[in-house]
Amino acid sequence: MSTPAIGAANARRSGHDQPSDYKRIYVWQFPVRLFHWATAASIVLLCITGFLIGHPLNAFYAAEAYHQYWFGWVRFVHFTAAFVLMAVQILRLYWAFAGNRYANWRHFLPLTRAQWEDIENLISTEISQIRKQERYHMGHNSLAATTYFVMFLAFLFQTATGLALYAHMSDARLTHIFNWIVPLLGGDAGVRFWHHLFLWAFVLFIIVHVYLVLYDDYVKGGGEISAMISGWKFKRNGNER
Amino acid sequence: MGQTIWQSMQQKGYSRREFLQFCSAAAAMAGLSQSSIGQVVSAFETQTRPAVVWMHFQECTCCSESFIRASHPTVADVLFDVLSLNYTETLMAPAGFQAEKSLEDTIRDQAGKYIVLVEGSVPLAADGVYCMVGGKSAEAILQTVAKDAAAVVAWGNCASNGCVQSAKPNPTQATPIHKLVDKPVINVPGCPPIADVMMGIVTHLLVVGETPELDDTGRPREFYGRRVHDTCYRRANYDAGLFVEAWDDENARKGYCLFKMGCRGPVTYNACAVVKWNEGTSYPIQSGHGCIGCSEAGFWDNEPFYQHLPEVPGFGIESTADKVGGTLGLVTLAGVATHAVLTNIRKKSVIAEQHRDDPKE
Repeated sequence: MSTPAIGAANARRSGHDQPSDYKRIYVWQFPVRLFHWATAASIVLLCITGFLIGHPLNAFYAAEAYHQYWFGWVRFVHFTAAFVLMAVQILRLYWAFAGNRYANWRHFLPLTRAQWEDIENLISTEISQIRKQERYHMGHNSLAATTYFVMFLAFLFQTATGLALYAHMSDARLTHIFNWIVPLLGGDAGVRFWHHLFLWAFVLFIIVHVYLVLYDDYVKGGGEISAMISGWKFKRNGNER
Repeated sequence: MGQTIWQSMQQKGYSRREFLQFCSAAAAMAGLSQSSIGQVVSAFETQTRPAVVWMHFQECTCCSESFIRASHPTVADVLFDVLSLNYTETLMAPAGFQAEKSLEDTIRDQAGKYIVLVEGSVPLAADGVYCMVGGKSAEAILQTVAKDAAAVVAWGNCASNGCVQSAKPNPTQATPIHKLVDKPVINVPGCPPIADVMMGIVTHLLVVGETPELDDTGRPREFYGRRVHDTCYRRANYDAGLFVEAWDDENARKGYCLFKMGCRGPVTYNACAVVKWNEGTSYPIQSGHGCIGCSEAGFWDNEPFYQHLPEVPGFGIESTADKVGGTLGLVTLAGVATHAVLTNIRKKSVIAEQHRDDPKE
């Protein structure tokens, strides 16, 4: 309820609990939120169905094969979710150039000294908790943004290996653009192996990401979860960070 | 030599009817339509018997064993009547210098016209001493033979991908043919390849006179364009989610999908489920055993065969992708839990500290 980092508690205590003390900032534009939740839903579906494809569950009752399509549906969901994921990644790439300052591509590549300094600060405060004074970030912090870029690379790898495995089921030319990766990874068996191994990268990411978002609300009071639904975050007047 | 195929068959006492039957079978094997049979007949009436040299390098001769069991057109017809098999270590009558002379004569007299069929990989380590024929290294022989060849065919997984000799750590540096020869090589992988597939490719070269359509890795599309999985008669069980869970369980008796028993059908491109083996009798999955992917590059290194995903290299035995991933997942969860505990201990002091820092009015 109180959000010390942006001064709400302070405002209440000092009796100046007025809207003019805060500014609503529209941080996460609609395409970013759409991207986020579509990505979240498709990645969860992809992880579950992907794991099932690697370790199929037997059909729940043993009728003749003619009567059921259980594993076929698992694969269908996997492929559909994959194409949804690809589509929203393209949307997000576009929005990295067309969107507002919080959506800009520059956040995701740690190219400046300030970003590295921010990452170092985040590791010493929030991650290892050596120092206590945490910064408040209106948009992405540099460590999170860099992680998202790494996950984007993982997504590209999964797309390449996934499409390479998918290509022989499809006549669509687009699905064949990564066929060259098959001999590099030692045939379809190798591609399948790496595709399956990288599934775990997303599982690890989900664990850390969900925890840190909860942490952001729990300790820093940043309101990150509601912001990813509404798009709004709050900034106390005079607090420029 | 110099005779047309029809002439040589007449000499052997074949009737015109038998010759036409053979032409029809050959056209079918080459994937031609019925209306093209006339073309085949005229080709066989006018073409001289193509000279063939069959080289044996690092191999087990299972490709030859498979080839001589071809059912259509029968091996006797092709091998001894249609082709002029001028050199092959395992089947030829001459030996020693006579044999070498036969090879040299073919290379000289039939330059640009003869077909080279290679069985086995070529070792490059230690200047190729691991495979020498007639005092020459396999690589030297291959280069000499392939230089003026009309077509080069790599029989089996050894010649196409290196097979078992190139399995890690590949002590002899066994190398597939296509990496050593400058011209396009027709890869016919499999350990061994299906006899009728081999025959189909030879027939195609013979009848059409050019290389069949190849995929990215040099395999003829007509035989290696589809996965064993996609042509498997048990495929319906896969889509339904009906899997064998253990050898000889109820599901195995019912003939369910062998995917969970490590079947490599979904990652293997071959014609086993269509052409089948031994005159179309059966193929591994039909006999109740999963495919081991013997026509895929590096299949020996994708062990274990009874596990669907190979083991993670460098982590010792029995480390699958899921064990590695699952362990990392648990470590991450533990890290997150520790962090959460620390955070809760810290939260009070964080609040106090932040309030102390607040500006006083």
